[in-house]
Amino acid sequence: MDPILTKYVREPNSFTLDFYLAHEGYDALKMALAKKPDEIIEMVKASGLRGRGGAGFPTGMKWQFVDKKIEPRYIACNADESEPGTFKDHLLMERNPHLLIEGCLIGCYAIGAKTAYIYIRGEFFHVQRVLEQAIAEAYAKGFAGKNILGSGFDCDVYVHRGAGAYEAGEETALLESLEGKRAQPRNKPPFPAVVGLYGKPTAVNNVETLCNVPLVVKNGAEWFTKLGPEKNGGPKLYCVSGQVKRPGVYEASMNITLRELIEGYAGGVRDGRTLKAVIPGGSSVPILMPDQLDTQASFDAIQKAGSLLGSAAIIVLDDTTCMVWLAENLLHFYRHESCGKCTPCREGTDWLHKIVRRIERGEGQMNDLDMLSSISANIAGKTLCAFGDAAVTPIVTTLKHFRHEYEAHIREGKCTLPASWRARNTHVHAGAH
Amino acid sequence: MAYDATFHKSKRKLEDEGPPFEYTAENRARFDEIVKRYPPDRRRSAVLPALYLAQHQQGYITANAIRHVAQCLGITRADVEDVVSFYTMFYTKPVGKFVLQVCRTLSCALNGAERVTEELQEKLGIKPGETDATGTFTLIEVECLGACDRAPVVMVNDAWQECQAPEDAGKLIEQLRSRGEAALTGCHHIVEHK
Repeated sequence: MDPILTKYVREPNSFTLDFYLAHEGYDALKMALAKKPDEIIEMVKASGLRGRGGAGFPTGMKWQFVDKKIEPRYIACNADESEPGTFKDHLLMERNPHLLIEGCLIGCYAIGAKTAYIYIRGEFFHVQRVLEQAIAEAYAKGFAGKNILGSGFDCDVYVHRGAGAYEAGEETALLESLEGKRAQPRNKPPFPAVVGLYGKPTAVNNVETLCNVPLVVKNGAEWFTKLGPEKNGGPKLYCVSGQVKRPGVYEASMNITLRELIEGYAGGVRDGRTLKAVIPGGSSVPILMPDQLDTQASFDAIQKAGSLLGSAAIIVLDDTTCMVWLAENLLHFYRHESCGKCTPCREGTDWLHKIVRRIERGEGQMNDLDMLSSISANIAGKTLCAFGDAAVTPIVTTLKHFRHEYEAHIREGKCTLPASWRARNTHVHAGAH
Repeated sequence: MAYDATFHKSKRKLEDEGPPFEYTAENRARFDEIVKRYPPDRRRSAVLPALYLAQHQQGYITANAIRHVAQCLGITRADVEDVVSFYTMFYTKPVGKFVLQVCRTLSCALNGAERVTEELQEKLGIKPGETDATGTFTLIEVECLGACDRAPVVMVNDAWQECQAPEDAGKLIEQLRSRGEAALTGCHHIVEHK
């Protein structure tokens, strides 16, 4: 499949309104405004578009669930891209911002909202400048603001930048943050579609999801479904990183396999090294092994293989990577990012990190392994949001596939695979803030 | 350093009251513009941009800055401090002219980020979380910056340095001293700069 979402991203000035208009930009908005809002929702439902943020929930259904009896309603675009290994939304916003703005406007029209907030992560300083400039251009030409293109439809689009919190990517935590509070999740139900931003019905959609909406409106639901396997239609962005020759964002249909993405697009592992394992959907999902490389990179096929497509962040690990070190690295992340609201997660991620760290340093005991499993079981499913389940995954999945590495660390009293690319002084990251 | 994550977010206390604080006229005007993005009865939504303005003006967030922001938004000081102590991008003590933020999460670590931090530590003679004696450099380790295809990544203030080889850490410091942020690679998506 030729790139669609990222077709022009390498061309100079692709982020400008002039460029966008010269390439059929805002045509989909015109087409959408000529239809009834319900027709748009039906179209998106028929396309089977699934959320690109991680959960893969059908977007049309989400929009249908938005309570149309209550005013005002909102769209909150989740652009807090923070799942380790994920860097696709950044590319879209930086190089194709008008596509996202068009998606926000069509989404607002469909659910009867008059305001869209694009919540970007704190580190996206430059993305904020690009998006705000694009929004200003859109207002100036009548694509946003009052009486858009003479249709009588009013809609404002704003950028809201976070300040460094992974948890802000969780939809209810994002809304809390947008309301000016700590990014901590709410209990669900009620879901944001009923009680969302400021207690009003809100659709929370990922950047890539909203960028697909103009494509559906322009080309039709059938075109979209035919672009991939059943229930996994449309173009998909994959982020390949880790120990590969050509890391990057690659666009393909979900017919593609992990092997084609890793060995084809990304050039495979570096010379002289062999593939050890793959994390297919960001740091929160279970590992797949080299013999599973021919799995189709679709939501359903990856799930069937025992993992999740998540944010399509494929992290490739070669034979120099110690899996106990990997678990420690990721638990450091989860321990740091736990928002602190639910006790099992706040305390448990710290316990897990301490134990896995001492094993990595050769100071562990065999009964630590049972303790890791037991603590993990007491976090997963016992927290308000999916963070708890995500945080224990690196432990559970490495214990499942690489228990022998943990045992070797404990037996030999040291890390059994100390790669040259790692710190020489093992205490180096104790000082992280 | 004591290593205890229990209530770890609340450990970052405000260290000083700071000098009297008020937005400059220019920042006050920007604040007034920003607040308009939110419903009139939801001014609190602007707390993050309001704090960014204060930090930009003063370099870090003091108790006096919190008082002013709270006043402007019509919320309590506790509401603002709650936010300041939660988000990692607000500094509650002075930082150096260049804040070196080394991404330490998986994809960067797999490509040598731990070595980048070690080299920077050695060259600057400071540990992560510290500022050098001249007030030029602050070194911090941060979690995933979302630029995993250009690992290892170092964010310097608000700009990106991509594919930072550990052995070139000394060069990065020298270049920053002589050329400032212009020495950085920036984001590779911006083809117009090339």
